[in-house]
Amino acid sequence: MDASTWVAKRPTPSALAQLFDNKAFLIAVCLFPAVGLLLVFLTYPLGLGIYLAFTDTEIGGNGHWIGLENFEYLLTDRIFINSVWNTMFYTFVATVGKFALGLWLALLLNHHIPFQSAIRAIILLPYIVPTVLSAIAFWWIYDPQFSIISYVVVDQLHLRDKYFDFLGEPWPARWSLIVANIWRGIPFVAITLLAGLQTISPSLYEAAMLDGASPWQQFRRITAPLLMPILAIVMTFSVLFTFTDFQLVYAITRGGPINSTHLMATLAFQRGIPGAQLGEGAAIAVAMIPFLIFATLFSYYALGNRKWQQGSDND
Amino acid sequence: MDRITRRDTFRMGAGAALGTAALVDAAPAHAAVPVANVAPPNQPIEAGASIRVIRPSKFIDADETVWNENQEKFIKATGVQVRTDYVGWEDIRAQVAVAARTGAGPDVVAGWAADPHLYSDKILDMTELAEYLGKKYGGWGPLPERFGKKFGTNQWISIPMGCGGGAMVYRKSWVNEAGYASIPNELDRFLDLCRKMQKAGHPAGFALGNAVGDGNGTASWLLWSHGGYQVDEKGAVTITRKETIDALKYGAELYKTLIPGTLSWLDPSNNKAYISEEVGMTPNGVSIYFVLKSDPKYAAIALDTQHARMPGAVGTRYPETANVLNAMVFKHTKFPNASKEFLRFMMEVEQYDPWLTRCLGYWAHPLLAFDKSAAWDGDPKILPYRDAQKMPYWIGYKGPISSASGAVDAEYVLVQMFASVCSGQATPQEAAKEAERRIARIYRRAG
Repeated sequence: MDASTWVAKRPTPSALAQLFDNKAFLIAVCLFPAVGLLLVFLTYPLGLGIYLAFTDTEIGGNGHWIGLENFEYLLTDRIFINSVWNTMFYTFVATVGKFALGLWLALLLNHHIPFQSAIRAIILLPYIVPTVLSAIAFWWIYDPQFSIISYVVVDQLHLRDKYFDFLGEPWPARWSLIVANIWRGIPFVAITLLAGLQTISPSLYEAAMLDGASPWQQFRRITAPLLMPILAIVMTFSVLFTFTDFQLVYAITRGGPINSTHLMATLAFQRGIPGAQLGEGAAIAVAMIPFLIFATLFSYYALGNRKWQQGSDND
Repeated sequence: MDRITRRDTFRMGAGAALGTAALVDAAPAHAAVPVANVAPPNQPIEAGASIRVIRPSKFIDADETVWNENQEKFIKATGVQVRTDYVGWEDIRAQVAVAARTGAGPDVVAGWAADPHLYSDKILDMTELAEYLGKKYGGWGPLPERFGKKFGTNQWISIPMGCGGGAMVYRKSWVNEAGYASIPNELDRFLDLCRKMQKAGHPAGFALGNAVGDGNGTASWLLWSHGGYQVDEKGAVTITRKETIDALKYGAELYKTLIPGTLSWLDPSNNKAYISEEVGMTPNGVSIYFVLKSDPKYAAIALDTQHARMPGAVGTRYPETANVLNAMVFKHTKFPNASKEFLRFMMEVEQYDPWLTRCLGYWAHPLLAFDKSAAWDGDPKILPYRDAQKMPYWIGYKGPISSASGAVDAEYVLVQMFASVCSGQATPQEAAKEAERRIARIYRRAG
């Protein structure tokens, strides 16, 4: 064959192929689905929610822009102030409880024990049960007339002569809800911390043992620092979930007695949807945002501090 | 708003409803209801009409079964295509709001009492149809009339279809042991009865937790029976009046006689407590009695159970209200006459009486001629529920019916007012002041 007939020319690609060769176009096309989803399902609702917070919209009615009036009212509203305080108290105590018990459980499970995987599966159960179902179970446990706890303590053991009134007074009701929340949150913390524990190399513990470190020193110098990154993440999620908790409170007390267990989330719902005061409900929900941002930043920066992770004398 | 609600307890009673319904159904149909000879309004059905209806989902199987049977009869008789969707109790309000705002969706909505009043400019005038039904069936009860007419006018905007009322449910033998033949109407004697029942170990129970139906029921009964009201006719707040303070003081005294724990009671709590014989008296809908009758193991309790009107009535002004099922037709419908004819058909005695009878009076009739319906002959104990349409009060009394009146209920403002005084957290004056603040806020654009 005569080589001179060969023309060293690439055929002009089709318009479509050229288009897809264009880097800017390709970026736009590839990003479109993700950006589209974010805009439609996150940015728009969030923006609308924030907009509603500055209006007096009611369900089924048109609202007017009223500026900060909703927030001004809320600042003078005892129930709202209480709900902010309740939310912070609830989040703080429940998170501390969940982490103390969850970490303890994770440390126990990290040892070699018989039926390890079966036990781990059982630990997860409270987390698997839908929240509403566990809330209803707790509602029965706390029932003023039919509580199993009252039955055992009063009718069987005769330790008291009156049934417990778990939900009838503000403080017992708050503690009861916190216990329910801790029960529900422990598995998440325990299992994720367990995963973190298992990434720590056993050779570190062996070395520490050879050096004669006590179990407390091992925990303090090896476990705690190496667990800190995952702890920060788990803490962030846990705080966010607890802060925005709704189902437990709504199913067990609906914010009662005497509005003493309202969280910001339940109050926002009660005023916004059944109460039809959409604008005010949105304002309460928007008021949660600064707290959530603060909690997230705190977990990330304070707990995720590299110094802490790598031991205090390592810059 | 979901979780266990009153509806679950109704479901428990559904079996009973059906069982008894079969017996009642053997009676000659609707013969007992007096009917006047009135010509129906002239509403020629549009050719090729098809309409969509939404209504609340059933508590009692018969509610849906009979509704569907009647609808089939209407389709056969007129050729109009009808589809009914059953919507959850809490969702129906939102669906009405969307339909009203977008001008699309269902043609006919059998919704809650206040809904037509929120969208009165979006729905058809019903004056002709309502007046026809009133003339034919002995007039409308005061409560449905209140909810059928635009506030302060004679214009009908909806057709009330049923009234779910309450009554005092009590154990006759325990009330008798306390020295009373029945529930006394005088409030001080009623308090005395509660004290004596408590001493005898059979206390009363009134829900004071955030219970949509029962909690608000307790609060409004206490308020109204003392002559109090939350707003006046124009919507100005009147909750700090002396009557409220009296009601709060009475409530605090009453609370001392109740079974412990009522501050956390939700809707099903009093049903459970009564059925397990923990309380001897509690106000409720007919659901408790349904459950008792449905289960042979409760036969003795059912036999000893009686119903009475709530105490504190002045003459026949009972301090009670009822939950009204209120039907409206949207202006956006393409078939206004077919929609109205559908409502007329459902309200006519041939269709309405079986519905009333087989639901065992769960929805009490709004039209007074049905007082004589055989539905109420089956069991004299349910008679107090028959009179739900005669109740003179309404949610948000004395103010206009608006979204604000519903919001006060939905936010449990009155319940919290009573609960804070009963628990000793606030003085009556403080509690009333706090309620005033919130009610004024909710009513700031209404009225």
